[in-house]
Amino acid sequence: MANPPGLFTAAWIIARKDLAVELRTRSAFLSVLVFTLLAIATFFFAWDATAVASIDLAPGVLWVTFTFAGLMGLQRSFGMEAQDRAIDALLLAPVEREAIYLGKALANLVFVGAVLAIALPALAILYNLPLLVAITALGPVAALAAIGLVAVGTLFSSMAVNTRLAELLLPMLSLPFFVPIVMASSQVSTRLLAGRPLEEAMPWLKILIAFDLVFVVACTLAFPYTLEE
Amino acid sequence: MTESSPAKPGPVFDWFLFLAVALVATAVVRALAFTPYEIAQGAAQKIYYIHVPAALSAYLALGIVAVMSVMFLWLHDPRADRLALAAAEVGLLFTTVVLVTGPLWAKPIWGTWWSWDMRLNLTMFLWFLTAAYLVLRGAVDDEAMRARFCAVLGILAALLIPFIHLSVYLFRTMHPEPIVLQPGPPKLPAEMLYTWILGVVAFAVLCVALIRARYRLEVNRDA
Repeated sequence: MANPPGLFTAAWIIARKDLAVELRTRSAFLSVLVFTLLAIATFFFAWDATAVASIDLAPGVLWVTFTFAGLMGLQRSFGMEAQDRAIDALLLAPVEREAIYLGKALANLVFVGAVLAIALPALAILYNLPLLVAITALGPVAALAAIGLVAVGTLFSSMAVNTRLAELLLPMLSLPFFVPIVMASSQVSTRLLAGRPLEEAMPWLKILIAFDLVFVVACTLAFPYTLEE
Repeated sequence: MTESSPAKPGPVFDWFLFLAVALVATAVVRALAFTPYEIAQGAAQKIYYIHVPAALSAYLALGIVAVMSVMFLWLHDPRADRLALAAAEVGLLFTTVVLVTGPLWAKPIWGTWWSWDMRLNLTMFLWFLTAAYLVLRGAVDDEAMRARFCAVLGILAALLIPFIHLSVYLFRTMHPEPIVLQPGPPKLPAEMLYTWILGVVAFAVLCVALIRARYRLEVNRDA
């Protein structure tokens, strides 16, 4: 028998499995994408467009929409393993449990990244932002925000699926953890969109990077405790 | 895992809880009747003797939750889980007291019920996290799994607090800086300081007494 794969190889195999399922059905991706675009459009009408410039609204709209869309995507991460107890097969596989977490998180990151890759230009067009600036400045911020969101959300998705409330519990658990992400990302984007120098955004960027580092490590270590022993 | 029948925990309501209630009553009476009025704020400032002690007790209780969460994942001792539960419920109570007395004080003095200030936000998110913790506790049937889930949430929440604190710190702050718990001698006249200390002690004793009572209730339930 071949040797069991190492941590990162195993994580990659699990991520590929999740992405293959998604690629063949595309159900979750389409619904989350449409939700995101709908939310961006709906938010526009919640303000008086003559009183508040759309460039001032854009960062807030983007990051609030992004967290809710992220929650939708994350629910399905372990939800689909609960069907027919597919998680049991995953747990039987001769891989470390951390690899399951990293694989799931990686798949979620690709999922959220794909939604953002469409939502970000759409936001720039609909809110009349300078397209190139919006993409080059907000893209990296979005990547940092997505890492933190997925790190925490994947862990809580694994917990929530084992509770009686299932997906109802996920927002309650996750949203307090998304607050620093939303705050930091919005503050960085507001400054970058206004053409301010990067130094002004640095304190917030540091918070975002520190958040990613701390929670990727903490959630990877905590994940085995959320599985059945 | 079957536990050997635990030692009889004793009554839930006992002398310690009555002592705590009597202490709190003494502190309130002293604050209202035997402590001078603050010159600028008048009667509204009296809430200080409840607001700050309640906040410190809330931090104490939620600190216990965090420490017990680590202890549980480390030692797998059901007592740590039970103590975390008791402290979380009492922590939610005290955080609620802080969030109610704060706006009551802020309205006459700041002219607004709520300001999006760093201490207010921090307390509000402590409340949200504690509420989520207790909802999670109620939503898992399997005992061992419930204890593990709650410990994981307790630890992650403790890691989150510095981030919320840092984020809101970068916003401007309206909340007064601490009057007593700050470097240098207390900026409070002796009479007020003693009332405040009495308040802190009374609320801390009440906090411990409630956690102890809740813990005993849980032991009785499991027995």
